[in-house]
Amino acid sequence: MSNIIVLAIIATSIATYLSRFLGAISSEKIKEDSKIFKWFNCLAYSTLAALISRILIFPEGALANSDYLVRFTVIIISVLIFFISKKNLVYPTVFSAIILSFLNSYF
Amino acid sequence: MVNLKYFLLGLKSVKGIDSPALALGASFIAIGALLKNLNFSLEQSILSTLFTYALPGSLVMAESLLVGASILNIFLAVWLVNARLYPMTVSLFPLLIDKSQPKWKYYISCHFIAVSSWLIMKNKYQTIERKNRIDFWIGIGTATWLIAIFSTIIGYFSSDLLTPNMMVGLMIVNPIYFLCMMIGAIKTKGIAISVILGSFLGPIFYYFSPEWCILFGGVTAGTIAFLLGENK
Repeated sequence: MSNIIVLAIIATSIATYLSRFLGAISSEKIKEDSKIFKWFNCLAYSTLAALISRILIFPEGALANSDYLVRFTVIIISVLIFFISKKNLVYPTVFSAIILSFLNSYF
Repeated sequence: MVNLKYFLLGLKSVKGIDSPALALGASFIAIGALLKNLNFSLEQSILSTLFTYALPGSLVMAESLLVGASILNIFLAVWLVNARLYPMTVSLFPLLIDKSQPKWKYYISCHFIAVSSWLIMKNKYQTIERKNRIDFWIGIGTATWLIAIFSTIIGYFSSDLLTPNMMVGLMIVNPIYFLCMMIGAIKTKGIAISVILGSFLGPIFYYFSPEWCILFGGVTAGTIAFLLGENK
């Protein structure tokens, strides 16, 4: 098992650094006022949005042990807290963990 | 080497009400506990966060190991889930590049690209003169990276104390944090369309390919958003 863990860490590290490094190389030729820069800015937000909604709607691992409706409720409450607290990031994140742990033990 | 004044300024920028420290910490505590349960040693858990420092990637690695996936499969799965780091780097680094700075700083500090550090830098780069931006960035990256590593260690040692319900709670912190940060970052029509369309297309493309949905959904949504909102 230990051997495969080490190999998995190496594979994960390389797979992750690859995108960052290629990004750094490409950046040398891209001007901040160019169209390609604006396109990549949209891509950064859209792939992030796709990732987050995939995690929340089709979760894997521990999060899959929570009910869909419970997760949905927690998302709505957290976003509301985010706006009520004038876009503070600490409150919604702390509350999301507490509310979900609590609701998950009942539903 | 690195201008200490701007490095420290970057290091300190993780404090405050928009601080990613707590959410980042909670998420990596969950990772530490998860890796412990997968029989990782403490050193392996630390090295994993040290060299990956991208939460979704670490989660995919853990899930893949659990189902006995091959190393090649792990590599592909992690690459696909972390491919968003490429557009993230390309939409940040052109703002930091300065001729007077050596290239190695960029090649090493690109490792610090992650949602928290990226959004902090995006919000603050205009307050820093161009030639000092990379040192400021290295400060932000070092701070968020250290929080992640430290939290992995805490999670590793507290895994026995964390009940399954608490683990579920810790796991939602990261997506909720990303979600709120993203909503807060919507300032132009292009970004608004990117975020909304991406949120829909990611899960819709999941029905065609669970592995490729983030990349396909994201690229489709981002391209449409660019054509509608930013292409002037």
